[in-house]
Amino acid sequence: MARKTMIEAIRDAMDITMERDDDVVVFGEDVGFFGGVFRCTQGLQAKYGKTRCFDAPISEAGIVGAAIGMAAYGLKPCVEIQFADYVYPAYDQIVSEAARLRYRSNGGFTCPIVIRMPTGGGIFGGQTHSQSPEALFTHVSGLKVVVPSNPHDAKGLLISAIEDPDPVIFLEPKRLYNGPFDGHHDRPVTPWSKHDLGDVPDGHYTVPLGKAIKRREGKQMTILAYGTMVYVAEAAAEEHGIDAEIIDLRTLLPLDLETIVESVSKTGRCVIIHEATLTSGFGAELAALVQEHCFYKLEAPVARVAGWDTPYPHAQEWDYFPGPARVGRALVETLEG
Amino acid sequence: MSNDGPLGEFGPLSLHVPEPAVRHGGEPDFSNVNIPEAGSVRRPEVDANPEDFRDLAFSIIRVLTREGEAVGPWAGMLTDEQLVEGLRHMMTLRTFDARMQIAQRQGKTSFYMQHLGEEAVSCAFRKALAPGDMNFPTYRQAGLLIADDYPMVEMMCQIYSNERDPLKGRQLPIMYSSKEHGFFSISGNLATQYIQAVGWAMASAIKNDSKIAAAWIGDGSTAESDFHASLVFASTYKAPVVLNIVNNQWAISTFQGIARGGSGTFAARGLGFGIPALRVDGNDYLAVYAVAKWAIERARRNLGPTLVEYVTYRVGAHSTSDDPSAYRPKTESDAWPLGDPVMRLKNHLILRGAWTEERHKQTEAEILDTVIAAQKEAEGHGTLHAGGKPSARDMFEGVYETMPPHLRRQRQQAGV
Repeated sequence: MARKTMIEAIRDAMDITMERDDDVVVFGEDVGFFGGVFRCTQGLQAKYGKTRCFDAPISEAGIVGAAIGMAAYGLKPCVEIQFADYVYPAYDQIVSEAARLRYRSNGGFTCPIVIRMPTGGGIFGGQTHSQSPEALFTHVSGLKVVVPSNPHDAKGLLISAIEDPDPVIFLEPKRLYNGPFDGHHDRPVTPWSKHDLGDVPDGHYTVPLGKAIKRREGKQMTILAYGTMVYVAEAAAEEHGIDAEIIDLRTLLPLDLETIVESVSKTGRCVIIHEATLTSGFGAELAALVQEHCFYKLEAPVARVAGWDTPYPHAQEWDYFPGPARVGRALVETLEG
Repeated sequence: MSNDGPLGEFGPLSLHVPEPAVRHGGEPDFSNVNIPEAGSVRRPEVDANPEDFRDLAFSIIRVLTREGEAVGPWAGMLTDEQLVEGLRHMMTLRTFDARMQIAQRQGKTSFYMQHLGEEAVSCAFRKALAPGDMNFPTYRQAGLLIADDYPMVEMMCQIYSNERDPLKGRQLPIMYSSKEHGFFSISGNLATQYIQAVGWAMASAIKNDSKIAAAWIGDGSTAESDFHASLVFASTYKAPVVLNIVNNQWAISTFQGIARGGSGTFAARGLGFGIPALRVDGNDYLAVYAVAKWAIERARRNLGPTLVEYVTYRVGAHSTSDDPSAYRPKTESDAWPLGDPVMRLKNHLILRGAWTEERHKQTEAEILDTVIAAQKEAEGHGTLHAGGKPSARDMFEGVYETMPPHLRRQRQQAGV
């Protein structure tokens, strides 16, 4: 066991799976020699050679399309899209090809690929380094969508994703790479070395896909969150003295509905938070599921706090980001409502 | 928006929108298609420097003369038996198409796409591959299956989406898939399979395997960005892949000049990527086979990708959903200067003394019987709107290896 950053944990997951299985290959823009712009693949080319970890042309459609072909051959590619904001050229390959290959060929060909990409804001990245496009993938039959919130889970979930027989979109909240960010941008961030969830076991272990986890037990309400918002939720609840049960979804598709229903049925109140824009965001799906399954237990309307429905701005980042103040107001209203 | 820019010495700008030489109602005109003499294009060594044969991207490799003789450096690669087999494959594909086209008109399926005039391309190419190689086809390469003896009944059951459909009714008719026969699942989205073929070939090289991939695309979809990505990847990693472009002149109603732009030929697209490019008479079984063999050997020897443009003509409609007489001259296919692939191979075999008119007629009848028998068997398992069909339960299977809870709930809701 060692304290690791999320970057180190993710690298460790790839290292371990590459070590165990020759069919795992890793590639993407700046991924080989340089080790990725966030250094997630640092050292892998030196260790496994340049036919198993290599640089790709700036062509997201090419990266994902080639990975699909490799998977059809029998490899297990784990590719990196440099930022989630750049995944759109690959969208056709993901939606029309990776997601449907098993179905349309009746299992004749399958697509065990992982598409990793840094997601979310909080780094003054403007429109092109801040987006949270998870709902564009949760809407697609045949994909799995994962968003880890800490080094321990990131490693275990990524190993599960690489070993999974189906395509997985693996969204890495970049604001969490080095520490648990709670939305207080004007305060120093605690590094993972000082946080329990920075404890990353050595060697191979998995965190199963499709299982949420309670980060905090509570009685007054349920907060559904994932990625960076888990820490914003913790901060907001604490600042307002609210005894909230915080559920870190970890996997959005398939979703752990059981854990959600069990919790909301107990607390009777539910607040859903995500960085992504509000309209048709994943929160809408969560809100619908909560009312379908918990309607008669609800004592207040289900609330959503999300990014505003604008493109991700630059100078106004902290007006846009659903930080502890906005989340806190929603918690108070839901408690009083 | 007003055109209020200052008019300088060059006058106003105007947009160029290319048009085909002639449209429906006009006289067919292929005077702009430059056809070299059969046998006149040289055959470079497989390991020759691509810089030394760039001109082949602008020519057309042909073997069969107008009289049916096989001539030149690309001739002499196939025995009488192989050629007779090739002829049978093309005739089978043509008969299969004709029957399925009628079946669609009879309402036995929703949709069909035929190969009329293009049979040589996929039938000859298949014979140049080895077992284990993988094609990433478009919807007009069923000859890859026919020439590999894939059962016609299976193909028809897929077309009918019936109870024996190997794809369980999940895919549009003719979007076949068979790993065993080196035929990657057809998507129906255009050009996506091209880069996947490159990836498959890269994987074979990563594993130090000996298998190669063949990518397929039509003239129109070379305009997709996936095509560009494919050429970059194939060139960068020297992937063992043959990059096939079937130029049948028409993308539904759009003539090939809209996708090609000013580059002269589609084969020439390869040159900017440093990928050797050959252009071949797609209606000449012997030429297609010889060029395919050359490009496949090049891939197998780890010399990298080859781009091959097959110059052919789509005699039929794009699919059962369009009427070509609304966008091109009715008699254009008769005027096509490269003739009919079946007739050309037939005439060649007769000239060789390996075939007769009588045997041809006999074979036609035999093939028709075989196809009709297959059709009867397939229809015994149902057609799209009658008889046995895949269950609604099948609809929920195979989205993932293991069915997740939300799909299980939905299947219960559907009551199946």
